Amino acid sequence: MDTSKYEAVIGLEVHAQLQTNTKLFCGDSILFGAEPNTQVSPITLGHPGTLPKTNTKAIDFAVKLGLACNCEIVEKNYFARKNYFYPDLPKGYQISQHTTPICKGGTVPIKIDGVEKIIQLNRIHIEEDAGKSIHDLYDNETCIDLNRAGTPLLEIVTEPCLHSSEEAFQYVTELRKLVRWIGVCDGNMEQGSLRCDANVSIRLKGETTLGTKVEVKNVNSIRNVKRAIDAEIKRMIELVEGGGTVTQQTRSYDVNTDKTIGIRDKEDANDYRYFADPDLNPFHITQEFVSSIQASLPTLPNKLAEEFKQEFGLSDYDAAQLCEDKSIADFFNKTAAINSNYKGIANFILGPVKQYLNENSLSIDEISLQANNLSDLIKIIDEGKVNFSVASSKILPIIIAENKSPLQVAQELNLLQTNDSNEIEDWVNTVIQNMPDKVAEYKKGKKGLIGLFVGEVKKLSKGKADPKIVTDLLTSKLNS
Amino acid sequence: MEITTQTVDKLSNLAQLQFSETEKEEIKADLNKMIGFIEQLEKIDTTGVEPLLHISDAVNVLREDKLAGSISREAALLNAPSSDGQFFTVPKVIKK
Repeated sequence: MDTSKYEAVIGLEVHAQLQTNTKLFCGDSILFGAEPNTQVSPITLGHPGTLPKTNTKAIDFAVKLGLACNCEIVEKNYFARKNYFYPDLPKGYQISQHTTPICKGGTVPIKIDGVEKIIQLNRIHIEEDAGKSIHDLYDNETCIDLNRAGTPLLEIVTEPCLHSSEEAFQYVTELRKLVRWIGVCDGNMEQGSLRCDANVSIRLKGETTLGTKVEVKNVNSIRNVKRAIDAEIKRMIELVEGGGTVTQQTRSYDVNTDKTIGIRDKEDANDYRYFADPDLNPFHITQEFVSSIQASLPTLPNKLAEEFKQEFGLSDYDAAQLCEDKSIADFFNKTAAINSNYKGIANFILGPVKQYLNENSLSIDEISLQANNLSDLIKIIDEGKVNFSVASSKILPIIIAENKSPLQVAQELNLLQTNDSNEIEDWVNTVIQNMPDKVAEYKKGKKGLIGLFVGEVKKLSKGKADPKIVTDLLTSKLNS
Repeated sequence: MEITTQTVDKLSNLAQLQFSETEKEEIKADLNKMIGFIEQLEKIDTTGVEPLLHISDAVNVLREDKLAGSISREAALLNAPSSDGQFFTVPKVIKK
């Protein structure tokens, strides 16, 4: 089957749950994992006579993300009702800005094999989440938990401008980094704080009209976004090649079979009868407000990586790696302010520190490592008091666990390299005596053997001999 | 715009309501009257008039992001036609 004549066209809708304390229109907590139906109020439950009121923080966050994505911020806003019936939607309508988004347009740059591509956004709007339906608890009933109902979401919608699952993967990765970076969403896909629906269609290459699209839902990790899109593209091509036609549908991705399954056809269900919600006053966004949010935005990851390269002479790779996570980038910045071995700091953070964090599923804010202690640790390596491997394997775990001076730790554990020249001279003499053949070869001109001698002294001294002193001493003795 | 039985069927389907044939006829007549009224309004020239989104002039009636107003689960489930003490329960929504 020739799949190369087809082109996939993909648009993504990402729902990001906002890190507010409370819901979009009432003061219930939105904390994940509470007992069912314990974070509900009469407003959440949709009781008659209740009056919703918009959470200011949700508007702050929407503008924040809009500015971070170069969107146009709309001045006059209102909420509309999207009318449909489902048991986890207590009011019979969802309050949304579906038709009049707070942010229009915008861009998210991604990199594919080192080449930048700009993903064009259509809009970002605010809306409320529905509750949760649990289908597998009882045979004949569905259980409804309304804790999540009314949770503030931002829906971020791209233009249909992506053409591969890899682009989708990179886009969601980038967007997740961004929402975390500016602190509007924790980006946790497993807990559903970030959800991605993909609108997928195929067409013959060169065609300009869009094919019939299918919406793929229920994708709960970034890797599965990629897999679900690949599975759907494959299904569509096989269908069309076999003489069939794609019908407009909502489909769900099944991780176990790596296939999408049709869950509903979208023929007549699409009449949501939107109208402005009469319970909620419109809200206006002033230029001053936009400026104040702009001023509160941290330097964005791409720009910060550029600054790291300029200011600290870091490589593309190191700068990008440090800017994957804001707390890591901040920690680097703090350490670089007190220690000018920037490359050394980057290596230490991206190496042993990050390894420790990954292995223990921790963020750098959750450990006791202090910038001044890391700086001191790098300093004692640079001064030759300890070597890198001792520093990372023996001292780092201790200064990660408690706020303690690395030098003190090295002293307590007897890890300091000795620069006592008598002691070192003994080791050096021993090595020279033990290896007469190699010494002879060295004297004949095989100068590369110096590494071997240094290594032997290192072994003999159990890592405590300062390699610089050892090298100097060896060189002078062997050349005399 | 003419309201037909088909329109009534579509609307009642969207509203999840069921009507008898006699009721449908009454609704059809009522809706035709309402549409006629709106069609009169549509004749008014509203060029340059902004759509009225809300009956009050107030804008930015907002609240701080503070916890308030939640009720107990017991109270939440009190009026539910069906519950198991933890969840609201409804007839099975999807086929397994």
